[in-house]
Amino acid sequence: MKIQTFDTRPVALTIKKIVRENENTNTYVFDYPLGARSGQFVMLWIPGVDEKPFSVAYDNGTEFWLTICRVGPATKELFKLKEGDKVGVRGPFGTNYEFKKGDKVALVAGGYGAAPMYFCAHEAVKAGAEVDFIVGARSEDLLLFTHKVSGLSDVDLHIATDDGSCGFKGYTTQVLEKLFKKKKFNKVCTCGPEIMEKFVGEIAEKHGVDAEISVEKYMKCGFGVCGQCVIDDSGEPICKKGCVMKYSYLKRMPEFGKYHRDAQGKKHNF
Amino acid sequence: MSKLEIDFCGVKFRNPTVLASGVLGVTASSLKNVVKNGAGGVTTKSIWLKEHAGHKSPVMFGTDHYFMNAVGLSDAGIEKAEKETFPEYSKGGRPAPIIANIVAGKIADFGKLAERVSKLDPDIIEVNISCPNVEDELGKPFACSVVDAAAVTKLVRSKTKKPVIVKLSPNVSNIGEIAKACAGAGADGFCAINTVGPGMAIDINLRKSILSNRVGGLSGPAIKPVAVRCVYDIYKATGLPIIGTGGILTGEDAIEMMMAGARLVGMGTMVYYREVEGFGKVVSEMEEWCRKNGVKNVEEIVACIS
Repeated sequence: MKIQTFDTRPVALTIKKIVRENENTNTYVFDYPLGARSGQFVMLWIPGVDEKPFSVAYDNGTEFWLTICRVGPATKELFKLKEGDKVGVRGPFGTNYEFKKGDKVALVAGGYGAAPMYFCAHEAVKAGAEVDFIVGARSEDLLLFTHKVSGLSDVDLHIATDDGSCGFKGYTTQVLEKLFKKKKFNKVCTCGPEIMEKFVGEIAEKHGVDAEISVEKYMKCGFGVCGQCVIDDSGEPICKKGCVMKYSYLKRMPEFGKYHRDAQGKKHNF
Repeated sequence: MSKLEIDFCGVKFRNPTVLASGVLGVTASSLKNVVKNGAGGVTTKSIWLKEHAGHKSPVMFGTDHYFMNAVGLSDAGIEKAEKETFPEYSKGGRPAPIIANIVAGKIADFGKLAERVSKLDPDIIEVNISCPNVEDELGKPFACSVVDAAAVTKLVRSKTKKPVIVKLSPNVSNIGEIAKACAGAGADGFCAINTVGPGMAIDINLRKSILSNRVGGLSGPAIKPVAVRCVYDIYKATGLPIIGTGGILTGEDAIEMMMAGARLVGMGTMVYYREVEGFGKVVSEMEEWCRKNGVKNVEEIVACIS
């Protein structure tokens, strides 16, 4: 029996550019043919600090972006790095979104889920799909990528903020409900807080669409070995069988939308 | 059809493949998924008395020839095993035997763990005294000393009626001597080997060791010859049942390990190269090899070279 082998050592990459997206969010630009599809992720190693999974926000074959929010000790250290500094990257890993000509797509992005959904919008437009992009945040200053999305042709941008400081006052899911009344989507993709994703899945299902959902879990290896990101009850690792997964699968998982696990495997409710 | 079912320390396994400790062992559903994919048995991730943090990432990576890890035995503690892992794995009947792997920094804690874990009715208790990734914290593994290895075994033996197997380290000058000492202290069998080394790998562009722990255990195809030799030595020294593990990726590898003296074969890193479905594939390959070679019962080949 011959086994196909492969290498998952990190590749050292220089940060080419850092773009400030908002107070707590930066986009890191790398010159490297990563070859990521929309929805895939990489493990980003901040040397001497830690390594964490991040969705790819854009990849054109020669350059890719990671849009990262400062949320914990590792990202705090990352934010101290400057253009020209080096980091390690492993990947891309995981499943991806696929689009084809004529697809009528609703993309629903919550919070920093806007970055990977932007990559989706880009790829969907390239494939010849029609796209409605719904992006939500708590308030206007936390909205991400709206200017980039509005720069794409064939994309209708819909903004929702909890406090009404920009666009619709309310949730992305309410906007999706309204759009479904006017339009017939054949594809719904979402990335954001898991509770929001669950509602998006439910709404899409009501309209006969099996939503494709980016699932986020605590990850260590990225290739389905360590077992840190397995989901109950299937016991399958999200890094390998996901991160992009169908709602019809996820709705059978008692863990989805209810709890997640930490680095020691302990449960925490949302 | 060749018979792959085999008895190990009085426990029946439907085939000789077992999930090795540390891989896909965080939750009961994960263990069940491994069984669903063909494994004859599963081993939990190492269980501590209390929550244990493990190392920062990167904690693992692979190459064509070898794999390295320094997860650092992260675990939520035995309370999780009691409240969650064992009840959920056992709900509706256990799909396959489960081996409880226990680990501690102090010899006395192994006794406490053995007592508590026995109440969960594991099919076998595996005593991990050989992890090379926690030396900064715990010092040299107990498996590197005849005296310590025997002391841990004796204590665990006195606290449980379950079969006790000791997971040994290849990183010793005479693994047969260590095994003999454990056998004398009451071990029913062994699991060998734990990872080799520790080793070290440096990213020359970043000028940093890749693993955050700097060093980590070596596994994968490169270590198979070391594992086969260790299993052979342990079998020769004790004649006790062994879970042979280290570098097994295929049915042929598993057969080789059994010929060296293993009754069961443990696989962990195999998942990196063949995914979890690899368990079923290895079992089919073993079955095919046995059929082609006129082996009616896989037990025939155990230690056949000795």
